[in-house]
Order: sequence, then structure tokens, then C-alpha cells
Amino acid sequence: MGLDGVSTWRRNPQLWLWLRRLVWVLACVPFVLQVQGIVTNTLGADPAKELALDTGRWTLRFLLMSLAITPLREIFSLGSLAPLRRTLGLFALFYASLHFLVYILFLLELRWYEIGTDILERPYITVGFVAFLILLAMGITSPKRMVRRLGKRWKPLHRMVYLAAVLSILHLVWILRTDVFDAVFYGTLLALLLAYRGFNSVRKRTNRPIRN
Amino acid sequence: NIQPVERGGDFWTDEDLTPYRDVVTYNNFYEFGMNKDDPYKYSQTFKVDPWSIDIGGECDKPGVYHLEDFLKPQQLEERIYRLRCVERWSMVIPWVGFSLADLIRRVEPNSKAKYVAFETLVDPEQMPAQRSRFSIVDWPYREGLRMDEAMNPLTFLAVGLYGNYLPPQNGAPIRLVVPWKYGFKSVKSIVKIRFTEQEPPTTWNMMQPSEYGFYANVNPNVHHPRWRQDMETRLPRTLFSVSRQDTLMFNGYGDQVAHLYEGMDLARYY
Repeated sequence: MGLDGVSTWRRNPQLWLWLRRLVWVLACVPFVLQVQGIVTNTLGADPAKELALDTGRWTLRFLLMSLAITPLREIFSLGSLAPLRRTLGLFALFYASLHFLVYILFLLELRWYEIGTDILERPYITVGFVAFLILLAMGITSPKRMVRRLGKRWKPLHRMVYLAAVLSILHLVWILRTDVFDAVFYGTLLALLLAYRGFNSVRKRTNRPIRN
Repeated sequence: NIQPVERGGDFWTDEDLTPYRDVVTYNNFYEFGMNKDDPYKYSQTFKVDPWSIDIGGECDKPGVYHLEDFLKPQQLEERIYRLRCVERWSMVIPWVGFSLADLIRRVEPNSKAKYVAFETLVDPEQMPAQRSRFSIVDWPYREGLRMDEAMNPLTFLAVGLYGNYLPPQNGAPIRLVVPWKYGFKSVKSIVKIRFTEQEPPTTWNMMQPSEYGFYANVNPNVHHPRWRQDMETRLPRTLFSVSRQDTLMFNGYGDQVAHLYEGMDLARYY
């Protein structure tokens, strides 16, 4: 076995295909549980608020998981992980869309004038809405056809995921009231992920041969 | 089980009651956690017997009173009140208890007593959020009323709901109920009462003075920075029914309490 064995599993396409399928199924579990909660009416006295909280939590978790793929890939030399970044990112968008729909349909009950004042006057809604728009733009431009069409503009657009993540943490911080555990936990994870990228880009720049 | 007398009139409403199950599983009692079902989940072993209340400050009969000192001579009443939370949800709850004014008269406040301050129990062993390193609340939970608010006939000390003694998550064994103010004024599991000359510090106001005032009267015209206040969601709700209704000034108790605030700018004293 030895090194050969290791590199074999690292490059085994069958294994990674199954891993991607597994991730796909697991990523649907929160949604299935939410639907089950609605159907069996076990979400408590205010199911709308419960759904809003749960879809919000899963958006943030998938966003952070998607941002964790690149460091994992580089640290453990797992190039085959790459497609998971897109899968997890799209699931973040999926839960963000549910979050937004729950807000519009069940919390605001379609009173459109309130949406306007909420976005303009309530900073936690403003930043959440901007983060959602960023994820939406990334989702729309994620098919290969769109990547080709956008060309050089694709990368800067998709770098805005960092802004979306920071705004999501801010959105969370502004709704917490008595205990900051969640903000500290998710905020620290994001800080680590951002620090890794910052450190990496500095290293790449300094390693570049200097030409005079 | 308690056998209270019903109080009709101003102390009653014909609106649909919020079912018992929702009243005891959807709570803000931050000593037990942030989520609405945390108080229910983490308070079931909470000890309420024996219970004493330390009463002092500007009054002639200060002392440590046992809860029974107030309950025994008291004929308990049942009152049905609307409860309006600043988070925009509301319930209708049949409380059992007695007027705060009854308790106040017994301890004989003096002429310097302009405010009443209340404190909730501090017991990190029993209250998980008081142990949390990430809690930003400066325990104990504190609330207060102006003397005339405290003496208003509506102001109530509840020891039960739905004909039974209070479950821990609803503030056992004794809590305040001030139906024309946002729910956070109605301090739970009271262990300390003080009569003061100055306006006492109150927990939410200390944490976020721009969002929570001392008065906290239900007011559809003054919006909280995070929540519009002109409407409310009556609980329980389902996903597919319109659950919103207009919020009334003083939560519909204007006839009984509006005179307390005559000449006051309620946008400033929110």
C-alpha cells in the first residue's frame, strides 16, 4: 500500500462521487425536518418564527462549511473536494431563500410597505437582505455557462462571498439579546477561515520571485 | 388546584384564551436560556418551596416575608389579561393571584416611596443562563414601577395560571403582571422588593437604553428599533392563517391607566 495506496483513494473518482451524493442527502435533512415540523405541527406556538430561526442558522452553517472547503483541500491535499464548495454554497443559498420566503410570507404576511421600512430602517434586516442578494447573484452565476459568459468578472463577483459571510454574522449579532455564544462561535469560525486566506495570500505574494 | 374568585369587568376579556400548552412552552425567562422552549426544558426541577421575599427600603414594615404570609390571608382572584411582548407576539392568559396594592399596603410604604423595585432570584445552580460565560446580562433581573403604577388596581401578583400554581417557566412561585406594559416589565420569581425615592435601574434599560425605556407602555405609535409596534401576532398561530391584529394603546387598558401619563411625552418616556 504505502504512498501509492494513499494517492489511490485520494484520486478514486467513485469514492468522491459517493461522498458528494452523501453530502447532498445530508444537506437536505434540515429541510425534511422543517417540513415534518410543519406537517405534524410541532414547531411551537409560533411556527413562523421557529422556521425563520432554523433556516437562518442553516444558511450560516452551509456558508461556513462551503468556505471551509478550500483550506481543507489545501491543508490535506484533497483536490477532489473542490466541487463540494459549490454544492455547499448552493445549499446556503437554498436555506437563505427559505429564510427570506418565511420572512416575506409568514412574518410580514405580504405587507409590502413593511418590507420597505424594514430594509431601510432596521440595520439587521438591511445587512441580511444584502447578504441574500450576494448569495443569489452567486447562485445565478454558478452554472458553467454563466462562468464562461462572465469571464474575468466572475471571480470578483464570487469573492463577495466573504462580504456575505461577514454580513450574516452581523445579522446574527444584531438579533442576539442576552447571550452571545452563537455570535462568538460562528464569528470565530469565520475569523479563522478569513485569517487562513489572508495568511495564504500574503505567503503567495512573498514567495513570488522578484524580477528586477 | 386553587379555588379563586373570578374578577369580571376591567379584569376580564372574552377573547380566545391562549391554550395552556402554549402558555407554558413559549416563554421568555432568560435565566433558563434564550430559546422560547428553553425555560420549559431547563426549569422543571426549579425549587419554589420554601420561598421568601425580602422587602425593604422606604416602608415601615420591612422584613423577610414567607410567601405564605401573603397567600394565607388572601382570597385569590382569577383575572384574564392580554399579555403583549415587545417582540410583537401576544397571548391571553387566565392568571390567579392578588393585587400588588394589597401587598404594598401591608408593608406600609412611607412618603419617600416614589418607586417600587423588584428582583428575580439569582441561583446559577438552578438557572443555567446565569452560569453561561457568554451571558451579557448583569444578574439579577431587575424591574420597577412608579408608585402610582404599582398601586393601580390592574397591577397583579400572579401565583397561578389556568387554576393551578405557576409552573417554573412562567415565574413560579410569584411574579408580576402589568398588562398595559410590555411583558419584560412583569418580573418573574420575585425574591426582593424595594421602595425607593429614585427611579430604580431596570435590566433591559441598563443593557440597551435606546431600545428599552423604564416605562415600556404598550404603544403602537412608538416603534422599537427592531420591531414595529403597531401590530402583533396573537399566539398560537399557524403558518397559513393571518395572525396579525392591531396593537391597541396601553394594550387596550387605556381607560384604566391613561390618566397616569397625562402630560407626559410618551415618545420620550417610552
